[in-house]
Amino acid sequence: MPLVLPPSVLGFYLLLAFSPQHGIGKWLYDVFDVQFVFSFQGLVLASFIYSMPFMVGPIKSALQQLPASLAQASYTLGKTKRETFIKVLLPNIKPSLLTATVLTFAHTMGEFGVVLMIGGNIPNITRVASIAVYDSVERMDYTGANNYAAILLCITFVMVISVFVFNKYQAKSPLE
Amino acid sequence: MITIAIEKDLKAYQGKRTLEINREFLAGSITNIYGPSGSGKTTFLKMIAGLVIPDNGSIKVDDIVWFDKSQNINFSPQKRMAGFVFQDYALFPNMNVQQHLEYATNSTEWIKKLLAIGKLETLTNHKPEYLSGGQQQRLAILRALAVKPKILLMDEPFSGLDPEMKSALTQDLKNLFNELRTTVLIVSHNPLELAGLANAEMVIA
Repeated sequence: MPLVLPPSVLGFYLLLAFSPQHGIGKWLYDVFDVQFVFSFQGLVLASFIYSMPFMVGPIKSALQQLPASLAQASYTLGKTKRETFIKVLLPNIKPSLLTATVLTFAHTMGEFGVVLMIGGNIPNITRVASIAVYDSVERMDYTGANNYAAILLCITFVMVISVFVFNKYQAKSPLE
Repeated sequence: MITIAIEKDLKAYQGKRTLEINREFLAGSITNIYGPSGSGKTTFLKMIAGLVIPDNGSIKVDDIVWFDKSQNINFSPQKRMAGFVFQDYALFPNMNVQQHLEYATNSTEWIKKLLAIGKLETLTNHKPEYLSGGQQQRLAILRALAVKPKILLMDEPFSGLDPEMKSALTQDLKNLFNELRTTVLIVSHNPLELAGLANAEMVIA
């Protein structure tokens, strides 16, 4: 669902669900003294819910592309499903794992709708870089907006280049 | 002694058909299994290893029931620990030769011996992608033997080897099988390929 749902819609329902006035939000607040609305924890949780499918999809597809005989060979050596997953399957999807992690991180960093809905725009608490850009533009502070945007651009560029270089290094030449 | 009486419906290109096997294998015997493509040779090996579940019947190894449909007994592949040499070798790309064997056994002595048998002592740090086809195949056989299985199942193990290597490996394996008293089932397209190694044969048509 989070893959196709507009972020603001997801954020709206999370805002309702975690509201300390009723439901799960009230229970969490009363029992654990945790408030997910307009707090950094809430922002992390909402981003996790929103971005998880972007991570799960590529990893699932990478695992499906591994030959079934790899896991079967491990089972016949007496290894459990968990051991097989950690020692055989996961290490053999390293490039996909890295790509999914970096792209999901970059995607989360640029998220706007969910973050704004559940976190608001509270300076030093829930204001994230992407919202800060918007905020600066609204105040006609183009220099501030440019600073935030340039930092985001640099981080994203470095991440994408790193993934590209790592995966190129990992991949075997077709002529080998 | 391994007693097998199983049935399994197979989906073949020509339609559905039933694979029926009733057979006893003497302990320490080496059986060459051959038959046409799609006859169910690989499925048969996988049913023994516990990777495919038969529709009916039972599998008994040294008086221990591994599978019995009527009694609802079905040992997992982990519990059966049948040595299995896959057709595609199924080597782990993330592990080198030494790590493959260490993944299967903790005995350093046994690993040393296996490396010597497979003539892979000088290649312990090599990952499968840096091994030749023959070396990969030998590693797959050694890894399967590393768990000292009661039964060793080999699916076309010699298909990628040159005649010289095949003959050398066949002799080494024969000695090793005699020493371990392992019951071996080898699937092969070519019945002549295992001359000198197998002492029994079985046809799956």
